[in-house]
Amino acid sequence: MTTAAPIIDLNLMIPEIFLFLWACLVFTYDLVTKRKSGNAVAWLALAGPVLTGILTVVMFSAGFYGYGKAAGAMFEVDPMAVFFKIIFLGAAFFAIGSSFGLLKNRIVNHRGEFFGLILLSTVGMLFLAASREMISLYVGLELTTIPLFVLAAFFKDDRLSVEAGIKYLIIGALSSALLLYGMSFLYGLGGTTDIWQWKLEVARIAGKGEGVGVILTLSVITILAGLGFKLALPPFHQWAPDVYQGAPTPVAAFLSVGSKAAGLVAFAKLMIGGMVAFWDPVMIPNDWGILTAILAASAMIVGNVVAVRQSNIKRMMAYSSIAQAGYIMVGMVALNDFCLSSVAFYMFAYMFANMGAFAVIALIEDATGSCEISTYAGLSRTSPALAVTMTVFLLSLTGIPPLAGFMAKYYVFAAAIQSAGASPTFGFLYWLVGVGLVTSVVALYYYANIIKQMYFHDRPSTSPITFDAPMVMVLAVALCGVVVFGLFPEPVLQFARQIPPPYELFQH
Amino acid sequence: MVPVTAYLILAAVLFGVGALGVLISRNLIILFMSVELMLNAANLALIAFARAVNVVDGQVVVFLVLTVAAAEAAVGLSMIVTIVRNRETINVDRLNLLKW
Repeated sequence: MTTAAPIIDLNLMIPEIFLFLWACLVFTYDLVTKRKSGNAVAWLALAGPVLTGILTVVMFSAGFYGYGKAAGAMFEVDPMAVFFKIIFLGAAFFAIGSSFGLLKNRIVNHRGEFFGLILLSTVGMLFLAASREMISLYVGLELTTIPLFVLAAFFKDDRLSVEAGIKYLIIGALSSALLLYGMSFLYGLGGTTDIWQWKLEVARIAGKGEGVGVILTLSVITILAGLGFKLALPPFHQWAPDVYQGAPTPVAAFLSVGSKAAGLVAFAKLMIGGMVAFWDPVMIPNDWGILTAILAASAMIVGNVVAVRQSNIKRMMAYSSIAQAGYIMVGMVALNDFCLSSVAFYMFAYMFANMGAFAVIALIEDATGSCEISTYAGLSRTSPALAVTMTVFLLSLTGIPPLAGFMAKYYVFAAAIQSAGASPTFGFLYWLVGVGLVTSVVALYYYANIIKQMYFHDRPSTSPITFDAPMVMVLAVALCGVVVFGLFPEPVLQFARQIPPPYELFQH
Repeated sequence: MVPVTAYLILAAVLFGVGALGVLISRNLIILFMSVELMLNAANLALIAFARAVNVVDGQVVVFLVLTVAAAEAAVGLSMIVTIVRNRETINVDRLNLLKW
């Protein structure tokens, strides 16, 4: 038997290849300037995601780049991939832009490595977004996380940072092992590494009505546990607050948006792309949807309730991001026409608000050296503009109209309600949305606590916070994103709606 | 011929030993080796399935997993060296600066 050599259409990998080369350029530039590159290397790195985005748009309009498959269907550019690529590039842009303050005293050596690793991790995310096959998914996921281990431990002399790094490394490696073990079973069942083909086998087993069997159950549990660690869904969330607190603040921001979005893409591909046939009524006892709903509910409850009692703002943001992952999963288990588009839009809105809030945290940390919530007391008097900006980000994270966070939450809950109304199998989504609404009120409490500190408490020592140019840029872009996409979400939503619903993914 | 089930059971046992090691071991290096053991259990399952379904893709996956595991080990071991340098311990219980 002869098989044709797979056509490797490199056109479709232009963004990935370009960003990879750019990361190499950043590494090299720092070396050839004998580690004296100063801020220039950071500007160079900041140009990376921006140029990749511009290049992709130019290539797209010139017809060199578009939707399609490459490398023997291992790699597929579809609307979901493109949408998430925008989120990943945006997260990298914000993370690099808010890192300039670290260059003054925290990162004096190895600047090229710091920024180059952020870019390499982004390359991994871009590959992951376009993977539709077990090998490319696994390699993309590892290329995303291994640079992040190093970045979390980047302050080698800081005990907290190194501890955060090792914790993240152990958990990251553990979750990859769980995922790989689960995927190996699906490979055995489907006889192929193509994720899209797995669901045919899953559907065949379901159609026979023999129950799902040990192997399928085990693979669902291990994959869910692996993804649960990646997305920090309780009870797999313990690492997140520790890592966020210890890691450099821009890295924590990148983790909370980029790494979470990567986990979401992996979830969408493995669970919805690979196992959507599980929604057969025959399989209710082993239904991954119910398991995911339980994880989502516990994320919303644990994240929001524990965030209330945090005194360190980075820990608080970690618990808040756990809760936000819970809201996103509500949209994910809806599994109707709106599920993937609402999830993508939520992640898009969350990127602006969360990266913006973390940029303010990084700015305050550079100025005062502290991440305690009490440091924010009286900020409205010393830096009123900064206080207003932070307030907008926090209100968007809470989901107050007319900001982007509100629209995002609305679409996610609307998708779940629509799905629950359409079929009795999805009835559990009613209580899931109920949990989401109740915990949103708790969320308001701890976000508003920071606003209260900024406006109604007196600051012991008063010195205005100074900005550098990239930070102004980051805050301005994030602020515009939160406000504009809250008022006019329609263009982005229309793009997000191009993501095919789960049952159409079935036909590929 | 040894049936596939035997290999799968061996893989499950290896995976269980690895998971148990992660849960109860207090030594960072042993912990790290336990995670590697879990990865290798997955590799064994992949090879067994590749043999059973007669598609070599599974064996290709194993090559890539080994490469990735080597990269992970390089990062992990260097991080353990850093931990030893500034904490003088590899006991997990003493890595307790970050907690609520």
